[in-house]
Formats: sequence, C-alpha cells, structure tokens
Amino acid sequence: MKRIYVDEKWCLGCRLCEYNCAFANATSGRDDMAKALKDREINPRIRIEEGGGISFAVSCRHCDDPFCQKACISGALKFENGQVTIDQEKCVGCYSCIMACPFGAVMPSDGTAVQKCDLCMQNHQGIPACVEGCPNRAIIFEDREAFA
Amino acid sequence: MPGIHYIYPAYEVARNQNRCISCRACQQQCANEVHHYDQELKMMVSQDDNCVNCQRCVSLCPTRALKIEPTTNAFKKNHNWQQNKIEEIYRQAATGGVLLSSMGNPEDFPVYWDKILINASQVTNPSIDPLREPMEGVTFLGKKSVEIKRGPNGKIITKTAPQLKLNVPILFSAMSYGSISYNAHESLARAAEALGTFYNTGEGGLHQDFYRYDKNTIVQVASGRFGVHPEYLNAAAAIEIKMGQGAKPGIGGHLPGEKINAEVSRTRMIPEGTDAISPAPHHDIYSIEDLHQLVHSLKEATNYEKPVIVKIAAVHNVAAIASGIARSGADIIAIDGFRGGTGAAPTRIRDNVGIPIELALAAVDKRLRDEGIRNNISLVIGGSVRSSADVIKAIALGADAVYIASAALIALGCHLCRACQVGKCNWGIATQRADLVRRLNPDIGYQRLVNLVHAWEHEIMEMMGGMGINAIESLRGNRLMLRGVGLSEKELEILGIKHAGE
Repeated sequence: MKRIYVDEKWCLGCRLCEYNCAFANATSGRDDMAKALKDREINPRIRIEEGGGISFAVSCRHCDDPFCQKACISGALKFENGQVTIDQEKCVGCYSCIMACPFGAVMPSDGTAVQKCDLCMQNHQGIPACVEGCPNRAIIFEDREAFA
Repeated sequence: MPGIHYIYPAYEVARNQNRCISCRACQQQCANEVHHYDQELKMMVSQDDNCVNCQRCVSLCPTRALKIEPTTNAFKKNHNWQQNKIEEIYRQAATGGVLLSSMGNPEDFPVYWDKILINASQVTNPSIDPLREPMEGVTFLGKKSVEIKRGPNGKIITKTAPQLKLNVPILFSAMSYGSISYNAHESLARAAEALGTFYNTGEGGLHQDFYRYDKNTIVQVASGRFGVHPEYLNAAAAIEIKMGQGAKPGIGGHLPGEKINAEVSRTRMIPEGTDAISPAPHHDIYSIEDLHQLVHSLKEATNYEKPVIVKIAAVHNVAAIASGIARSGADIIAIDGFRGGTGAAPTRIRDNVGIPIELALAAVDKRLRDEGIRNNISLVIGGSVRSSADVIKAIALGADAVYIASAALIALGCHLCRACQVGKCNWGIATQRADLVRRLNPDIGYQRLVNLVHAWEHEIMEMMGGMGINAIESLRGNRLMLRGVGLSEKELEILGIKHAGE
C-alpha cells in the first residue's frame, strides 16, 4: 500500500504541508486557500517537528499494527487496506487513541472529537495535499516494503 | 543608514494583505531576512532594504499574496547619469571598496544571437521531419585526422586522438564546488550522465562522492591549481586548462574563507576558512610554448588518453590567441563570451571587459579555417547560450558544441538576482550554508536539467530538419543558413553572414 514517507534530508521546515493539509481539510472555501485559511488558526493533521537544524513532517504512519486502533474503546478506528481510518459516528471522544499514538499523529479536532491523516482520501482525489505541495519532495507517497 | 549614506531599496515587497494568511513560509525561506510576523500588528511585514529579488518567497507563497516590484522612487531623470551610476558612486563613497557583482554582464550591449535568423527549406529542397526520419545529434570533440593513413597491410589506421563523444552538442560548463553547492554539482553530474554529455568541475577540485561520474566529468586545472592531483586528473574524461573566464577576463578568482567549509577545504586541498585565491595568470604560462608544456604535462600524467581543453575568455585578440592554442597540442578550445556568468566578479570588469561570443566565435572559426588548422582542434563556446536557437546559431557559425551554465542554473531554480557573491542563495545553488543547500534536492534538480536539454535537443532537430539538414555535422560552420537583421556591413563581415534579403 502507498504510504506517506518523509525524508528529513530534504525538509526545509517551510510548513507549507501544514497549510496544504489545513486547506485540503477545510470545511469552507475549497476553491481558494486565502478564503479558506485567512485569519484562521490552522489545526493540520501533519506537523513539522524541528530542532538542531533538522526538521521533518509528522503525520499518521498508517502502522500495520496500529496502537491507536488497539486503544480505541468504541471501534471507531479501523485498519483496512493499509489505512487507519476513523468513523466519526462511532467515536466517543475518549482520546485513548491520542494517548496511544507514539507519533502524536492523532490529535483533537475542531469539529469532531479527534482527527488524523486520511491520506486525503475523503477530500481529494489521488495524491495527498502535503505531498503534492511539498516544494522539495521531502514528503513522498509511495509503496514500500512492509513497515519495519 | 540615514542621511548621506542612505540608498532607497531597489525592490519593494508588494504583499496583498487580503490574500496573506501569515503562514510565514516567506519568512522561513528568506535568508536575507526580509519578511517577519509582527505580533502587535498581527500581520506579515517586510524589510525591503534586504530584498535581492530572488523570487523565492513569491515562488513559495501558497496564496499568491506576494510580488516584488522595482521601486518607483527615482532620482531626477538623466540619460547620462543613470540612477544606478549615481547609487554606485554613493556606495563607493561610503565604503571605498570595489563593487562586486555576480552572473553575466546585464548591460545593454547588443545580443547578436537576436540579430541572426535561421533558414528553412521551401519548394526546391525538402525539409526533414525529425520524428519520422533519422537525425544525427552525436558530436565528437577532439583533433580530427585530416588524411587517411594505412598500415603495412593496406588497412586503414583507425586510431585517432582521444575524443569526447556527446549525444547532444551541449555540455555543462565549469562551475566550482565552492562557488556552487554540493547539491548543484550532484544535479549537474547526474544530468550529464543521463544525457550522455559532460559537466565541468570548475577549479575547485572534485568531491570524492563524484568520482563515480568520471566518464561524464571534465576536470579543470586553473591558476590556483586547487584540488589537482593524479587521481583527480584521471577521474575525468577530459582536462580543461582554464586561462580565463568570460565574466572576468584578465583577473583571477577569490573564494572568501567563509565558503571554505570542511568539505570544500578537503576538496580544494586548502585549510578550512582560508580565502581561495586564484592568481590572474598561470605563473608558469607566459607564452604559447609554456602552454604547450602544461598541455603535455597533463597528457603525460593521464597516459595521452584524455583530450585537453584550453579555455579562454573572448577578448580583442581572440582569433590570434586561438590560433596559438590550436598549435599548442590542445585538443579542444573553449571560448567564454563577455556575458558568461560568475559567482563573483568586480562589477566594472564584468560589465566592461571582453567581447561578444558571437563575434569571437565567428572570428576564431574563420581564422582557424584560413590557416588550415581547424581540424587540429574542436571549438566549444559559452557565455550566455540561452536557448536551442542560440545553439543552432553557434554551430552554424562554426562551433562544435556549446557550454551552458547560466541556463543550467536557471533550470535549477536560479532567478538571476545576481547576488551570488553574498553566499546566501535562497535557491540552494550559490551557497555553502547547509540549511540553504538543502533546498536544492538533486532528485528534482537533475531531472529538470535532463528535461531542459531534451527539450532543446528536440527543438534543435526540428530546426535542423526545417533546413533540410539531418546531422549536426552538416550544420557546423554552415553560415549560409544564417542571415543578419539590422547589422552593419562590418558586423556581417565579422560574423561571415549575409544580411536578410541577400
């Protein structure tokens, strides 16, 4: 399955992925980023972590054996076809998944209880917005061997 | 600084506050620290004085909220004392220093490429469709045998002087590791390999990591002799002796100590943090005979297996100098025109010394043909070859191949802001700062170079086909395929072409 991989060697820390993510998942203003994000605090599903001259983007790894899914008490998180997805109807907002995710890639959401990267499958066609918008190909969407 | 030292910023950042979402990508990406977020105003603001108009922020702004505008603040109009002339005086009066500039001469001198037009077939001779008929784009650089020699059994002796085989008549010209970044070098090396052509190390030595591109590498031996040792010479397909550079004929080079980091230091074989100074002349070359000695020393060191290139800047006596070089034992002569780029040169020299490459090329090719020594040597020209049309015109004027460097850097993201000498290239090209170098991902860079040269190759074939020519070989020196427009008798005479309509 195709997953998102990050290469810290090429990450510039420009945070465009965060804004592209917020735009892709914005509830209004789909036709224009300025309209969608102007004067809004963004809450993206991908975050840049940086320090010591290194930066990289962190989003859901879609682990083969996801801790978040194991921790989910309501069965809202599912692992299917190589993707961890969340069923907002079932989520009870206990935040156990947020506690369990070692990458900090599941986070409280503005509208619903929690949010995580869905590889832009709910909003875009094809390629995730963070990958498409990365100016230095530091975020890659490709099929590699099973996660070690 | 206010008062007498004040110079109004040349560029102003025009930020559309209706579109700016304060993502701060511009701030994060500007090494010149033009942009910052003002916590009190709760908006992005700019420090225009620092802007060099490299367009990095404009290119990365996700909402198209930015553009850079030349300032409309102007001194009283004067056709003699242009604003930049006055401001340069202010700068020199304040500092007492030599003005420095980068990249090629931007002044308003004639561009002869743009005054030359290319022929095409109509009715009486058929044009060729390069997509349906075979076309030959391969070029060999090196001494050509004039006569056919036979061995004792009557068989033709096919051994020739060493040749460089180019799949396209385009090479990447010399840019040193130091003046450009590791990632820029890697992009060039990988592109040269993929295209079946060559890139040139420049005078900064060859980084150990790039020895694996040996079959596509030209190594340079310049007056500073940085990084020159037997393995270096042998890790190349050809060796270039750099006598001069189009951007700064007659002077040497100076790479400031700040750019000599550990890697550059190891590659150049000089201590870290010391200035790398290339003398103006080679101190062992004061004549063609001396040049002959160095050519043969280098051939001796490499077992006579590699062609030797001698690179000179296009200057007034270029034809006579080229004639001497053709007799020095060199295999290839490279001529760099006055528009050629640089990582740093004194402004006055860049803008006033040297001659246009079109005239130099025509004069050299004619001189070598008149003297019957054109086959002794191949001719490569550079110094602002900007498109495939320039390549066609150069070959028709007599060049065997062209060197491109500025065009290659532009493909890698350079926006010709001409501030290389500052070492803060926001595109990761003319810098050694790790956080900036990282901005040029060679996976992207090499692909863009390959794309560019492939695109030019297609266009070259289209234009050749249009002329009814199916091989680069048949275009070379074919000046009847060119006509001048708006040129004087003298210019046409030097170019060796007729005026349009003739």
